[in-house]
Amino acid sequence: MAMTITEKILAAHAGMDRVEPGQLINVQVDLALGNDITAPVAIREFERIGVETVWDRERVVLVPDHFVPNKDIKSAEQVKGLREFARKHQLPHFYEVGRMGVEHCLLPEQGLVGPGDLVIGADSHTCTYGGLGAFSTGVGSTDLAAAMALGETWLKVPESIKFVYYGELPRWVGGKDLILYTIGQIGVDGALYMAMEFTGPAIEGLGIEGRLTMANMAVEAGAKNGIVAPDEITRRYVEGRAKRPYTFYQSDPDARYAQVIEIDVSKLEPQIAFPHLPENTRPVSEAADVTIDQVVIGSCTNGRLSDLQLAAEVLKGHRVSDNLRLLVIPGTQDIYMQALREGLVEQFIEAGAAVSTPTCGPCLGGHMGILAKGERALATTNRNFVGRMGHPESEVYLCNPAVAAASAVLGRIAAPWEVE
Amino acid sequence: MMLQGKTWKFGADVDTDAIIPARYLNTSDPAELAKHCMEDADPAFPTKVQPGDIIIAGKNFGCGSSREHAPIAIKAAGVSCVIAKSFARIFYRNAFNIGLPIFESVEAAEAIQEGDEVAVDSAQGVIKNLTKNETYKATPVPEFMQQIIAAGGLIGYVSERLRGAKQA
Repeated sequence: MAMTITEKILAAHAGMDRVEPGQLINVQVDLALGNDITAPVAIREFERIGVETVWDRERVVLVPDHFVPNKDIKSAEQVKGLREFARKHQLPHFYEVGRMGVEHCLLPEQGLVGPGDLVIGADSHTCTYGGLGAFSTGVGSTDLAAAMALGETWLKVPESIKFVYYGELPRWVGGKDLILYTIGQIGVDGALYMAMEFTGPAIEGLGIEGRLTMANMAVEAGAKNGIVAPDEITRRYVEGRAKRPYTFYQSDPDARYAQVIEIDVSKLEPQIAFPHLPENTRPVSEAADVTIDQVVIGSCTNGRLSDLQLAAEVLKGHRVSDNLRLLVIPGTQDIYMQALREGLVEQFIEAGAAVSTPTCGPCLGGHMGILAKGERALATTNRNFVGRMGHPESEVYLCNPAVAAASAVLGRIAAPWEVE
Repeated sequence: MMLQGKTWKFGADVDTDAIIPARYLNTSDPAELAKHCMEDADPAFPTKVQPGDIIIAGKNFGCGSSREHAPIAIKAAGVSCVIAKSFARIFYRNAFNIGLPIFESVEAAEAIQEGDEVAVDSAQGVIKNLTKNETYKATPVPEFMQQIIAAGGLIGYVSERLRGAKQA
């Protein structure tokens, strides 16, 4: 019986030969993740279950990244709760400020997730690891608590939509543009409860970081997971990095899909998502009149090294507009160090940007770059909901790192070729 | 279980930032979260809502973050249930896991107007509009989800399972 890559990973973790869309199954999880917002609730619920220890201390990962370095007393108390829980249960994968990163940048980088894994995390962007060929999905705190106790969770097998991207990617167009364009086509509930499988020559040519970016935003189309079949590019990334054995799964050629959507990428422009939904996308050339007050380059979507390299390339020889502030946030300490060694940080600071230690802060309106009433931000982050980055009457536009950098120079939404 | 109350109506794609903005997520205390429930969709909602009231919404209610604080805030604000055309996936799970009843019904979400008095028979999935004297049907809840509700949420369900395993 033919199966999709998602169905194969789910079947393997359910101990079954095959699964079908709609089926409710119990699966073993390879890793369970929580952060400083979701883990406090999960720890409270875990303690109600009445078990002495977590199911496997190597496989419970806690990353305080949202309100860190702690922005106030309450958030310090929240992280303290995680720290104490990690010590009590001797969790080796608790990541303290200074040694941490934005969770979905950190876990692949540290080799904690790999192809064929089944990962749940109490953070909606846990779907990121689909970029490595893993099944990963976001859940709530109570689901995390149950997984920390049992090492398993229940899932409904999703139907899959296959996206085939063909044609050559134009310069300045990357994974972020592909996913924004796709969400623009199908809407923020276009893949509700489903798996988004990204395939085709344009995906095969995309680096691992672009694939992680695409899978990261599957949740913005309502999907349960996004996934890219692992290949040589994946192998090169995980070899020597993965802390556990991994398995490469592929969809069968005759696997069943709810829908197959073909997208020609050869004429795509960089995409901008207008307020207040990620589906409100337009090509950058139709967005040039929008003035902005703040640009943010970072987050679990676009805070990786290739994102910073791209931004630096565009910024080269330019200065940030007097009318705005540019925040650059490397996704992890390793990315930060690489950016230092490559001279990117120096370049950002010389251009007039603020460079921060890793944090999710501004992406969710937590801290570090909150918008005042009426202000507009352009960000490489993942959401532009009402009030997402601050005041309910502020606005967030989403874009790729090259567009963000060009816009920081010109003080309005701008295409990278405008500053070349 | 019968749920009854006055309705508050919202549109499509009500996201978790609208339900409980991140600026309040430095606490997980339900009473604190309830004070800001739906604040960015309707700033007056936390002061207007009465125990038992029902939220009506369009498609994709609860899209966005995995924050369980969203259904917790709604429940703690006294809302008895949410009826929407559809729910975002993680919100749907979270609502069952913490014991907030939710119902999918396109028909009810379209026909019910703000202020209507509505009664819901949660076992049967039947929604009665007492103001308009109309009846709508909700999408049936999978049996497995009903077991979670019967156990008082996921933690109760898991505890029962673990106790069962010890006795076996």
